[in-house]
Amino acid sequence: MSPILTAILVLGITGLVLGLVLFAVARKFAVKTDPRVGQITELLPGANCGGCGFPGCAAFAEACVKQDSMDGLKCSVCKSEVMQQIAAITGHAVEEGVPMVAVVRCNGSCDNRQRVNRYDGARSCAIAAMQTGGETGCFFGCVGCGDCVGACRFDAIHMDPEIGLPVVAQDKCTACGACTKACPRGIIELRNRNKMDRRVYVGCVNRDKGPVAKKACAVACIGCGKCVKACPFEAITLENNLAYIDFGKCRLCRKCVDECPQHSIVAVNFPPKKAPQASPAAPESATRPAPTPEQPEPEKVSVEQKS
Amino acid sequence: MANTFKIGGVHPEPNKLSAGSRIVNAPLPKQAVFPLSQHIGAPAVPCVSKGDSVLVGTRIADAGGFMSAPIHSSVSGKVAKIDTVLDASGFRKPAIFIDVEGDSWEPGIDRTDTLSLLCSLTQQEVLDCIREAGIVGMGGACFPTHVKLSPPKDCRIDVLIVNAVECEPYLTADHRLMLEHPDEIIVGVRILLKVLGIDRAVIGIEENKPDAIQLLRSKTSMVSGIEIMPLRMKYPQGGEKQLIEAVTGRQVPPPPALPANVGCVVQNVGTVFAVYEAVQKRKPLIERIVTVTGKGVKNPCNLRVRLGTPVSQLIEMAGGMPEDTGKLISGGPMMGRPLLDDSVPVVKGTSGILMIPESEAARLEERNCIRCAKCVQACPMGLEPYLLATASAAQDWECAEENWIMSCIECGCCQSTCPSRRPLLDWVRLAKNRVGGIIRARNAKK
Repeated sequence: MSPILTAILVLGITGLVLGLVLFAVARKFAVKTDPRVGQITELLPGANCGGCGFPGCAAFAEACVKQDSMDGLKCSVCKSEVMQQIAAITGHAVEEGVPMVAVVRCNGSCDNRQRVNRYDGARSCAIAAMQTGGETGCFFGCVGCGDCVGACRFDAIHMDPEIGLPVVAQDKCTACGACTKACPRGIIELRNRNKMDRRVYVGCVNRDKGPVAKKACAVACIGCGKCVKACPFEAITLENNLAYIDFGKCRLCRKCVDECPQHSIVAVNFPPKKAPQASPAAPESATRPAPTPEQPEPEKVSVEQKS
Repeated sequence: MANTFKIGGVHPEPNKLSAGSRIVNAPLPKQAVFPLSQHIGAPAVPCVSKGDSVLVGTRIADAGGFMSAPIHSSVSGKVAKIDTVLDASGFRKPAIFIDVEGDSWEPGIDRTDTLSLLCSLTQQEVLDCIREAGIVGMGGACFPTHVKLSPPKDCRIDVLIVNAVECEPYLTADHRLMLEHPDEIIVGVRILLKVLGIDRAVIGIEENKPDAIQLLRSKTSMVSGIEIMPLRMKYPQGGEKQLIEAVTGRQVPPPPALPANVGCVVQNVGTVFAVYEAVQKRKPLIERIVTVTGKGVKNPCNLRVRLGTPVSQLIEMAGGMPEDTGKLISGGPMMGRPLLDDSVPVVKGTSGILMIPESEAARLEERNCIRCAKCVQACPMGLEPYLLATASAAQDWECAEENWIMSCIECGCCQSTCPSRRPLLDWVRLAKNRVGGIIRARNAKK
């Protein structure tokens, strides 16, 4: 026999035998997976953001299939139709979730908050916030090193160099909550989106006493309590010299916005007020939303104008 | 050749500009401010209220636990308020403000300079006296001294090491103290030996202070049990673990082991002096020596400062802040903390006020790590700073813990030696903070 033929035979037979062995082993030790896990994983965004509390989308899909109901299972990134599709696969009913969005509760832009120091350590908010009170007199506000930007998997938050604060792109934000965990000062909060993305919130987290806070930042909450009295829905609470608006109770009447002497309460995505109704302070408050984190999207504005 | 620790270390420029200037008394402030956490451990609890009159040496805050220390007023006057103040940590902390009126002292404090040699108190009485006087480690870490002097029962202490190394560049407070108060220091050492119940003390001094070595040698020639040991210059020799290795050759195991586990107790020379004053003169810790210095400073000096004096007043004494000052630092250039403001009060741990010119203060642009391993060579604890910093940036706390991050003494050798100017220590501090929290949570669960 020629050596070529021998080689072909030997390799052929070896291949056949090993192939059979592999086939047998694969049969014997096959891991049975629920096909629904694969189906759900395909529906999920695949960003592995961890917003659902599971380590990645595949783990979330597995949990959906394993658990008896969809309680506590919510992919904040998915739209409600997608959640309905997932529910159809698992056969469990899914609650209609309230759409949320990340909100930066600091208005300490370069104009509002004077820099009194220079931090030149490693560019990380976590380090800056751990080592020092910060570059400004406000020890509660944004540090400005952009840890939240690095944490976002959806390209939805960016530092605006003009104002020195992070800005949330509300159309991209999925409310996964990664930025809220990344922020060492706890400035970013998930709040509900409401109709047309209209929101009213206190754009400040400074818990210092009034005079100290006011000295540090032109738009700091001084804890005067005027908004608490103005609110007809008891949505505002005052604690540690800081007002907080409960978004579950807030009905977006904006009485507090006009009342706030520091203009630290921010209303976004509302149509501009008509000029004749404006009070003397109104021109300023009307310009105030300009430095707020969320700029209204152009198409949103057109919708509002129609309404 | 003189002893030193074996691994790592760097040789920064000594710049001891104020070594030749005698200690002078700083004037009394108009208002003294006493932050309630001037030490490691629980903050002190105020025991005066607004409007109370206090004398020099009146206790104004009690210890908040065993691991804490009381605070005494360094001035006489009225308590103006209890409010927050920006302190050297860079944060606002609660503090007692006292408006100064005159200078009347608590009766019972001996204000004379006469040397008091004999101590008739028992071991426990001395320990109580030290605790009551609010003495903490004066080197900068501010560890309550009475805690250090009460080692765990299963540890047998055989040597007291007095830390007179002062390895930080610029600082000369300890050096001047040794030159001007050698007898008091020796009495203080003997008191500490009595408290610990041992008969051997070693005073470790770096070779750049030959006058202090000579003076203390001549003073101790007739005293048995106290040895003066010159040490080769190397930073961070003043670190507790480095000093123990340099003096005795023993290595302290990684945390949670303490120096007491290898039979050593280390006390700063400033602490020894404070112990002398507390025990022999009944004077609580109300003043300390502060070096005020910097390259552009007109009159670098060593001041005896009442605690609570604002830093701005000390800067005035040194001839004002130079115009090109880029950073104002409390402590030495290697381990000190930058101050946000010159209104920060002097506290128990303020060893120096340093004004660094802008040209030297600015950190240069950070570059990529070139894997030169200079940081590994420089680390006196034998760690791998580049690895710890990378783990920290990646939030890999497990990796950081496995690589002994809790052993880091934050001396800053790695950062100062890095040719790529990477902020290694910043990242390591972050990881140390996080890993420390994880370890505490784990221990609490057990």
